[in-house]
Amino acid sequence: MLSFNSSNIISKTKTISRRMFLLSSIKAVVLIGIFARLASLQINESTKYRSLADKNRFRETKIAPPRGIIKDYFGNKIASNNKIYQLHIVPDNTPDIDVLFVRLKSIINLSNKKIFLLKKKIARKKNWDTTVISDNLTWSEFSRINLFLHELQGAQPVVSVARHYHDNTSAHAVGYVSEISQRDLRTKKYLKDLNIEGVAIGKTGLESTLDEEMLGSPGYLRYEVNAYGKKVKQVATDVGVKGKTFRTTLDQNIQQVSTEALQNVSGAVCVMDIYNGDIISMVSSPNFNPNSFVHGVGKDEWKQLTENLKKPMLNKAVSGLYPPGSTIKTLTALSALENGIVNPNLLIQCKGYIDLHGERFHCWKKKGHGVLSMRSAIKKSCDVYFYEVSRRLGIDRLAITAKKFGLGQKVLTTFKEEKAGTVPNTKWKKNQIGKNWYIGETLHSGIGQGYFLSTPIQLCLMTAQLANGGFKIKPTMLVNDNNETNNLQNYLDYRKEFPNDPSTIDQQMSNFNIEPLFRNQENINFVKDAMFASSNEPGGTSYGSRHNNKKFMFAGKTGSSQIKRFTAEQREAETKQIEIDYLERDHAWFVAFAPVEDPKYAISVLVEHGGSGSSAAAPIAKKVIKKVIERHKIRTAQANQQIGQDT
Amino acid sequence: MLYSRSSLHTAFSIREKFFYLDYTLLFSILLLGIISIFAQFSSSGGEFDYFSKSHAIRFCLFFILFLVVSFVNIRFWNDYSLLIFIFLISLLIIVKFFGIQSQGSTRWINLFVFNLQPSELMKVGIILFLSNYYHKISSGDVNKFRYLLYPAIAMLVPFMLVLTQPDLGTAILITISGIVVTWLAGVRWKIFAYLTGLSVVLAPIGISFLKPYQKSRILTFLNPDSDPLGAGYQIIQSKIAIGSGGLFGKGFLNGSQAYLNFLPEKHTDFIFTLYSEEFGFFGSALMVFLYFLITYRIIRIGTVTRSIFGKLYCYGFSTAFFIYVAVNMSMVLGLLPIVGAPLPILSYGGSSMLAMMFGLGIVMSCNVYKNNAIG
Repeated sequence: MLSFNSSNIISKTKTISRRMFLLSSIKAVVLIGIFARLASLQINESTKYRSLADKNRFRETKIAPPRGIIKDYFGNKIASNNKIYQLHIVPDNTPDIDVLFVRLKSIINLSNKKIFLLKKKIARKKNWDTTVISDNLTWSEFSRINLFLHELQGAQPVVSVARHYHDNTSAHAVGYVSEISQRDLRTKKYLKDLNIEGVAIGKTGLESTLDEEMLGSPGYLRYEVNAYGKKVKQVATDVGVKGKTFRTTLDQNIQQVSTEALQNVSGAVCVMDIYNGDIISMVSSPNFNPNSFVHGVGKDEWKQLTENLKKPMLNKAVSGLYPPGSTIKTLTALSALENGIVNPNLLIQCKGYIDLHGERFHCWKKKGHGVLSMRSAIKKSCDVYFYEVSRRLGIDRLAITAKKFGLGQKVLTTFKEEKAGTVPNTKWKKNQIGKNWYIGETLHSGIGQGYFLSTPIQLCLMTAQLANGGFKIKPTMLVNDNNETNNLQNYLDYRKEFPNDPSTIDQQMSNFNIEPLFRNQENINFVKDAMFASSNEPGGTSYGSRHNNKKFMFAGKTGSSQIKRFTAEQREAETKQIEIDYLERDHAWFVAFAPVEDPKYAISVLVEHGGSGSSAAAPIAKKVIKKVIERHKIRTAQANQQIGQDT
Repeated sequence: MLYSRSSLHTAFSIREKFFYLDYTLLFSILLLGIISIFAQFSSSGGEFDYFSKSHAIRFCLFFILFLVVSFVNIRFWNDYSLLIFIFLISLLIIVKFFGIQSQGSTRWINLFVFNLQPSELMKVGIILFLSNYYHKISSGDVNKFRYLLYPAIAMLVPFMLVLTQPDLGTAILITISGIVVTWLAGVRWKIFAYLTGLSVVLAPIGISFLKPYQKSRILTFLNPDSDPLGAGYQIIQSKIAIGSGGLFGKGFLNGSQAYLNFLPEKHTDFIFTLYSEEFGFFGSALMVFLYFLITYRIIRIGTVTRSIFGKLYCYGFSTAFFIYVAVNMSMVLGLLPIVGAPLPILSYGGSSMLAMMFGLGIVMSCNVYKNNAIG
């Protein structure tokens, strides 16, 4: 075996070695070939290629892709693109950069300070990188540059596109774009490959969340240049891919009305479709001009915006946190009824205060409301009644209901700046503050004060989910491209068509895959009826702002959230809100749904430091609701048309 | 040439294994790896970004793998060659069904940590399998039809699997590696002559199956100036970059052509261009010399190792390694059409580096166990 093997091995080895020798010789020849080629390129022809490299015949500039457009529900443009004229320079292409700046100064408006800053910027970059000298030239400046271009080696006039916002009403919802900062480059991965000078990216609102999709991908322009760097002919272009266009659920007409209604006050309005969660209006006041940011906001304007007491840059609708005040009483009542703690006929006497463990808790009405049932307690927004109800209910059960209806968590996915707010309970306080819960805090929480914090969009969602009969909805600001069917709408249509379906309601709901937020729908209906009373029966807190026309009639709940507790003297003197410092006045709330007969929309209005909900917030809601109902037919027509197009 | 009994049962301690390593080869590889990290760093515009960082990490990991593979007895690699080959074939089949698609071809398996390209590993797998095959059969059988059939199938299956990914370049390189081993093993000239004749006849038919971009690459290679903006662009730009490097180069991180994005694929296929522009003729010559040295050392190991498996493997691998280097360099120097072949170790790409370091590990194992006879 071994001997056979060895003879076998010897003969194999011979063949292999012989052939390997041949192969090695071939390798040596190839190696010499490569070596020779290297030498010829890098030694013999080096000068030729070096000059070619210096004036590499081809230059490439990237073309900024047009940013995706943002439209409202009806296809009207909220944010689109305008043609702009820019001036770029590439230091490598210019014989003397200082001379170039001197010449440019005589043609366009360039201050010495700006030149100094630009030179610093250029020094930080590689010589072949493009720097934007001016990103918004006037047409006359642009044409003058083109005229003198032969004297301006290295300067490059560029026609590009920039964001244009059609008005200020959606400034917060849509957001704004501005130039890329160092921080953006670090945190936003998708910017890494973009690498175009003079492109603005989204900073807030939808512009920020949808930035990556709206940017599109850049194109390029490849052209041949002569030895002086002058463009000889264009050889290839790729216009890139335009950014994606988005249609929002917003209605620009209603945005307009909401903005007007909030004029001169600081606050927010949210309007929502109660069945599909479409946000029809989201306005925060005061607003700002998003166009100011596109080419970099001026120092003075920025200062004005950030130092304003009314915080114009803050989107109060999603990032403003306020105690919900009496608007929470709807949930306190619902929670107590659902948990079987009280029944609606429970009568409680309000003397204007109650005492608990030696502490006095006041009603907003000093003289008291007298004996009340739950319905009139909501209608008149009696604090004492709800002190008693929440004492019996307890904070933890109230917190469960509040969270179920959307408080204490982010409502939308489209706002990075959105705040979650707080729904306190005993565990929360233990974890966050490290102290035990006091019964007195339950009383404050039951009327929406204390640790409770919510945003206008959360209260709008809460109202919407009460108004639609107690079903969970998913709010959105973008029109659904997939045309998903709305289960809730289907279910309600089905109920209308077959009111006598023998299967149980629970079964029906699970058939339609919808999520009820109640145990007994009677309780939801009770709360809705009490809200109706509050707005449309004499003595109700928002009776003064009612619509008499049945078409516009709404049911609502006022609220005011305390900033600072009244002192005993103030209470005694019955100090009016208007008499105290602006920053110490209560925030005014109003939430409502309309029309009463067949609810379709929910609204929440917040007026920062507005005083009482009935005097400051409800009148605003009245105006907006009228417009929303007026636009309802047009909106439905648009929705049906959409379905017609899709099928 | 009889083997003593003792040499049949060699069991080394780790210290002895270190003693038997070929340090010239080891340090050449290490030096090449270090240069590659610098080249990738430069290619990333002088910063440790995703590319340069993962290249550096991979080299370190695979260098350890290289040592581990070298310390495993060469008999193990011989015994498991067939299994490894079958495993790689099944990976290629998995790619067909579950592969990740990118830029029109399906080449990768998603392993979550990284994407594996089995066709790169196959470049080594085929050499391993065929070396083992010719080690087993007796020299008289090599040219019998029955014994020619297995290698033919073993080359054709991966060729078709890779060609349909589609990845013409890699498919050809795998087949060439296989042909080299069969030829070294003593298969008659005549058979290769027939095959060449057949492929010349079939070539026009094959060309009609080529994708338009592949056709244009061949045409462009024949006359790059005919299409200076499309496919010819890459060749011209690469030549300009290398040529402008001159004798001493433009200096580390100063290659303007690469930064200006005139260079396509600068992390992978054109990494040598970038290196050459920055380090000039002397740098490039050093690089060519390093590759030459590595090839030479592998051949030497093949000469001193006793087993047929070891010899065939080392000779086969050295040739394959040399071909990859030659093809890539010729490509960037404008001597061959652009086929998309990475430069071993220097190019960015995990699977390619894994295959090369694994392959080199087996070579080193041949050296450590050079006196070991295999059954």
